[in-house]
Amino acid sequence: MPQQSCPLTSQQVVDIYFMEHRAKLLDIAAFLDRLERAEGHEGLQDVRVRALKKAIPLLIDSSCENHANRAERMLELLSDHTTEPTPAAHTQSALGADPNTDY
Amino acid sequence: MAYIDPHIHMVSRTTDDYRRMAQAGCVAITEPAFWAGFDRSSPAGFYDYFRQLTDVEPKRAAQYGIAHYCWLCINPKEAEDPAFAREVMKLIPEFLDKPNVLGIGEIGLNKNSRNELIILEEQIELAKQHERLILVHTPHLEDKLKGTRMTMDALINAGIDPGRVLIDHVEEHTVAEVLDRGFWAGMTLYPDSKCTPQRAVDIIECYGNERIWINSAGDWGPSDPLSVPKCHVEMRRRGHNQKLVEKISLENPLAFLGQSGRFILPEHS
Repeated sequence: MPQQSCPLTSQQVVDIYFMEHRAKLLDIAAFLDRLERAEGHEGLQDVRVRALKKAIPLLIDSSCENHANRAERMLELLSDHTTEPTPAAHTQSALGADPNTDY
Repeated sequence: MAYIDPHIHMVSRTTDDYRRMAQAGCVAITEPAFWAGFDRSSPAGFYDYFRQLTDVEPKRAAQYGIAHYCWLCINPKEAEDPAFAREVMKLIPEFLDKPNVLGIGEIGLNKNSRNELIILEEQIELAKQHERLILVHTPHLEDKLKGTRMTMDALINAGIDPGRVLIDHVEEHTVAEVLDRGFWAGMTLYPDSKCTPQRAVDIIECYGNERIWINSAGDWGPSDPLSVPKCHVEMRRRGHNQKLVEKISLENPLAFLGQSGRFILPEHS
């Protein structure tokens, strides 16, 4: 597979993208805070929240360093890894995390 | 810059969107048949939808100098009832000879169910019988990885040339396998799901610019009909040259769609 590098220097990547991603990181922090402040505890155990908390450490996982594959690994973590067709489609929508995985 | 948006659902967009896309440089679009946000109650609903795609939308697009092409099928979200799906499929051959119909699409899987797979296989066969290109929808979110693999297996098992199939909505965990197996890959630029413009450019940087395109898949949900030119801005922002932009949004779509024998790029400056 051909590989092209990003034409920017690493310093330029920081300069251009840091603020945008600082904001996104703060959004995640505020989302988790909001979840704890909300009434009831069901949401805290929702599979989507458990999956999100499992995915966050990938951001600083040393095994991802120099592989540029954090996004790929995060998507794999959130995916259904079974191979047989499901017996029937009981819903038309997807959740964003695999409901049958023990996150 | 002139560009092609090879996947957008204009039946869900306003005429003003056509105007803004034309002003941004859009010269041609292709519109796959898809789910309308609700299940249609009869095959007659699809008949009218196919008339809209083959007759109404080309005229609406032409007002702004945009060439309109389409793909026909029953989409996977409405394919769980095989009897219903087959009634819709019977309508398709009547429309296949319309001049703006490029092929069968967007077929594929949604929840990766047995019935969806059966109808997918039957629509692959339809494309094969009529020697048409195929545009594939891959499932959303957690279902994408499994559904993409199942769909590619079904296509290969049916003896389809992967060079005549575009697998759409690829992301970081599916793009390598799609390209390695010889298919074309489409990246959809959405604000929340699928790819952002930044991630799409990352994928091009990592996996190359051959057999790959970008599209807005603008529809009735959160989406942006101008996301393709916005992705061009992202490429230029990083220092990529104009040649790459033209490769992704003109040369590649033209190479894939040109296999239909019907797709003609309008003259542009």
